Amino acid sequence: MTLGPLGFTAPWLLLALVALPLLWLLLRAIPPAPVRRRFPGVALLLGLRDDDSVTDRTPWWLLLLRMLAVAAMIVGLAGPVLNPREQAAGARDGPLLVVLDSSWAAARDWPAQRALLDSMLAEAGRQDRPVAILRLTAPAPPVYRAAGDWRSRLTGLAPDPWPPSPAMMTEAAQALGDRAAEVRWFSDGLARPGRAELLAALEDRGPVTVHESPAPVLALTPPAMAEGSIELTARRVLPGGPREITVAAHGRDPEGIPRRLAELPLSFAEGETTASGALSLPAELRARLTRFQIEGQDHAGAVTLAGDSLKRREVALIAGREDREGLELLAPTHYLEKALAPTAEILDGQLMDVLPANPDVIVLADVAQLSGGEQAGVMEWVEKGGLLLRFAGPRLAASDVSREEEAPLMPVRLRAGGRTVGGAMSWGEPKSLAPFPEDSPFHGLDIPPDVTVSAQVMAQPDPALADRVIAQLSDGTPLVTRKAIGQGQVVLFHVTANAEWSSLPLSGLFVQMLERLAVSSAVALPEMGELEGTTWQPVQVLDGMGRLQEAGTLPGVPGPRLRGDPLGPDLRPGLYEGPDRRLALNVVDGDTSLAPAAWPARVPVEGLARPPETPLGGWLLAGALALLTADILAALALSGRLLPARAAVVVLAALAAPDPAPAQQDGDKALRAATEVVLAHVLTGNAEVDDTARAGLRGLSETLFFRTSVEPADPAGVDLETDELAVYPLLYWPVTPEQPIPSEQAYARLNEYLRTGGMILFDTRDADIAGFGAASPNGKKLQRLARPLDIPPLEPVPDDHVLTRTFYLLQTFPGRHSGRQVWVEAAPPDAEKIEGMPFRDLNDNVTPVVIGGNDWAAAWAMDRRGNALFPVGRGFAGERQRELAYRFGVNLVMHVLTGNYKSDQVHVPALLDRLGQ
Amino acid sequence: MTDPAPLRARAEAEAAPLPPLLARAEHLAGTVLLGEHGRRRAGMGDDFWQYRPVQPGDARRDIDWRRSARSDTEFVRQREWQIAQSVLIWVDDAAAMRFSSDAQALPEKAERARLLALAVAVLLNRAGERVGLSGHDLPPRRGEVQIARLAQALVQAGDADYGAPRTAGLLPQGRALFVSDFLGDMAPVRDALTSAADRGVRGVLLQVLDPAEEAFPYRGRTIFESMGGTLAHETLKASELRAQYLARLAARKDELARLCAVAGWQYHCHHTSDSAQTALLWLYRAFDAAEAA
Repeated sequence: MTLGPLGFTAPWLLLALVALPLLWLLLRAIPPAPVRRRFPGVALLLGLRDDDSVTDRTPWWLLLLRMLAVAAMIVGLAGPVLNPREQAAGARDGPLLVVLDSSWAAARDWPAQRALLDSMLAEAGRQDRPVAILRLTAPAPPVYRAAGDWRSRLTGLAPDPWPPSPAMMTEAAQALGDRAAEVRWFSDGLARPGRAELLAALEDRGPVTVHESPAPVLALTPPAMAEGSIELTARRVLPGGPREITVAAHGRDPEGIPRRLAELPLSFAEGETTASGALSLPAELRARLTRFQIEGQDHAGAVTLAGDSLKRREVALIAGREDREGLELLAPTHYLEKALAPTAEILDGQLMDVLPANPDVIVLADVAQLSGGEQAGVMEWVEKGGLLLRFAGPRLAASDVSREEEAPLMPVRLRAGGRTVGGAMSWGEPKSLAPFPEDSPFHGLDIPPDVTVSAQVMAQPDPALADRVIAQLSDGTPLVTRKAIGQGQVVLFHVTANAEWSSLPLSGLFVQMLERLAVSSAVALPEMGELEGTTWQPVQVLDGMGRLQEAGTLPGVPGPRLRGDPLGPDLRPGLYEGPDRRLALNVVDGDTSLAPAAWPARVPVEGLARPPETPLGGWLLAGALALLTADILAALALSGRLLPARAAVVVLAALAAPDPAPAQQDGDKALRAATEVVLAHVLTGNAEVDDTARAGLRGLSETLFFRTSVEPADPAGVDLETDELAVYPLLYWPVTPEQPIPSEQAYARLNEYLRTGGMILFDTRDADIAGFGAASPNGKKLQRLARPLDIPPLEPVPDDHVLTRTFYLLQTFPGRHSGRQVWVEAAPPDAEKIEGMPFRDLNDNVTPVVIGGNDWAAAWAMDRRGNALFPVGRGFAGERQRELAYRFGVNLVMHVLTGNYKSDQVHVPALLDRLGQ
Repeated sequence: MTDPAPLRARAEAEAAPLPPLLARAEHLAGTVLLGEHGRRRAGMGDDFWQYRPVQPGDARRDIDWRRSARSDTEFVRQREWQIAQSVLIWVDDAAAMRFSSDAQALPEKAERARLLALAVAVLLNRAGERVGLSGHDLPPRRGEVQIARLAQALVQAGDADYGAPRTAGLLPQGRALFVSDFLGDMAPVRDALTSAADRGVRGVLLQVLDPAEEAFPYRGRTIFESMGGTLAHETLKASELRAQYLARLAARKDELARLCAVAGWQYHCHHTSDSAQTALLWLYRAFDAAEAA
């Protein structure tokens, strides 16, 4: 039975509500039960009357309270359920087939889909329906399993960054099998070919319900460069009202750390499906951009990768002749500037000035001789991967560069003078270009017939010449030669960069050749012909949620597939690295069709929100209980017996009141430590270790008391999070694998403590089983504990460390174990032994940490009567070891308290005397 | 024939309270030092009272020759008049007296009343008075046996809800001690006092009350019942009744004090929470004053 959003599992119980008026009458008539009391003074009471205002009837509000309690109980027992599921019979008893679009567009509200799917699976589990889940992005024949089985895998289910292609839809439709099932289709809301066919196939199997999120799909198309700024276009599927979005540009900062570098607000006008904006950034910043993302949209379609398309190569143009004022068209670099300006950043300046800017390309137009410094600088730059592009010209032809010997920065030797063909004073026609050979980077470019060369510099025939020619004239003379130097290369155009020697700079071929040489960067995808035969390796790929992930072992992709092939499991969107550049393959580009999915009217389309089924019975019964409790109080109040109850409440409140003692105690602790010398140990939370540390410090304190003028008070346990540290000269820190890592604040105070002269003695207590390092659990823990600490470089205690002679003369520092070295702050590298003195003048302060694993506390540990708590070694040797442990402790405390006093050279003669030297 | 065994057991149970009551009464009486109990006038007695010159009519054997020899006139030696008085005690044995608001800390009113009455009896007996118990066929007599009889009679409990003073056996010019809570009907009390005053009997009225009867610390809906169950009063808010109850109690006390003043009696109100000794001292003094008056 349902009432609005309420349903009842046992509606017949509601009939009991009819009894409520009867209850009203009954309750009204019964006053609260009186107390019978024997009292001789009753004789005096006879005839007294009660105050009229007091009635023996139950007050109406108490009655109402009780009625409400009873009503709540009745309704609660009737099992009310908010938003009950329709328990429709028939076809819904059979198996359930869940179809997921599971594309990038579905990722925009994947959590909602997953929650709905989870509740659906839970329901199916209750009804024992087998469930199959079919993902259209990875179609496979549906496998029906128990719903609980699917639920356990639900967290692993993630949307894919590619949309289901028509082929996938067809495959899914064919793989459906014959089993009839109720179908729930989680659509991503985008129209795609093949949907209708799949829907028909699904409807053959059973009733289909579509779940579609009403949230609009937003997508970002790849950025384009326009007039020096980045053009960004966002698209939406449904033209709705005006909407503002923010596109964030992510990239690396100069240190290489990924950051959000810029943001661009975009606004969709009403009824528009696209929103564009231009983001103007400095070239330096732009070159570091890696991706753009619509804020608040966590799916692959809202992310677009920049690849190399935003990277503009920096080209330095250096001309040999700067003095031809006014003759712009004859300037050696004019055509280069025109060709490069749209796609590259052009640097002007002297060669030595532009080299530090590390341009991608340096163009030397008719520059013959480079000075020694320039030559070395350029050489170094080329070897690191620079492209040196040289053009010939009258100067180069007239110079002796690369005449006898091949100059390092020239690809070939040149013959003197060059040649001129087809001029007024020469034979022959101007030469045209020969087709580019297969191994040339220019292979495949069309050669316009009107490109002619009338003058050029000639290469000396050479055994290596043939390999270096990448373009030649129709008579076989080299036109462009190339030589690899280190990681870079030198390319020489045997003609001028202006139109004096050839018409090449006037043609489109010139620009294409520059592009092929990667002097200028391509804006769009490379041409098909260029992609032929190349393999592109994925570097980073997008997942469905729009996160970039390392590609790992994904196989390379043949170049032609990058153009036009639909995205899929073997062609994921992401960054691909090719022969000379990185290419971004994005989920959405300008051509991707984005249209809302159209479902036939017969298919019910529901949202993802599904009000959860909430049983209310428990709440109502709890409410009834609360009302009855209130009734008890009210009845007590009415019969005047609430006073003791009130007193009990007051007592309870007093008991529950916080005890102000600990704060006081803490202050006392610090005060005590400040008044006397108190050794402290860090509380690890392990009671046994803490007790041992405490007993050990007590033993050390006793020893100090007996043997030295240091008279410490009882040791204290220190909680790093709450206690004041500055009052303790020494912290003993036993390391256990399970102790908690202190908080940031605690570390800040520890560092402050170390900087102001405190000392921490770290004890891993495992020298019997482990060497120094991270081998043991305690050692690993120590590393984690000490990482945030401000600890200087360490070294094993050197023989002449002040720790060896602050009180006793020691060379070993055993505790319960005498295992391994003890580490202290390293001596400065320039510490030297002064002539005639046996000790170096080491650090002028106390080492902030002493690290070892000898379990000193156990060796020091003493009970109240001075008996050792733990055995050390065996027999006399063991006692000797314990004695040495005490001596180490005494030395340590002396070192902490006196600093470098014993290091003072004043004491050397006395020490020498005792050492017998 | 009744079975002797239960009879014996019953008898022992009955007798059980006697020795403690006696012992306590003796103990209590022992705390009071007996002072002069003469009649403050010449008369028959053992103690010397005065010498006076011989007057005509005096018997010659009354002359105290030793005293007379020291002077010219003859003197008669007079002794203080000592006479045994009869004291009749009435202790309320009604059910109302068997009330104690706190059974752990406070004795029942009846117990306190018995104790005081017996202690007074012990004291009077020592002083040579004759003590009897009204209503129990115990005419005033002297001696330890009489005390034992008194004790035996006192432990018997009556059936009535509220007791009324019994004046039967009151000797003219005698003394009387009425111990009760006087919470019941006042008419018998009034009658008793009037008849006692008519016979020239003077005495003491001791009202024994429980602290709860004095304070009325009750609240909430309550049905108050008398100890015998014959009277009942129901209230919804007992705390509301306190003021009226206390006023009535004060009126009752006033009336008692007034009656006593009119009849030449003395009135005292004793609470079971107070020490029995103070009440005994007061009683002793009161009897002294009654004798002297």
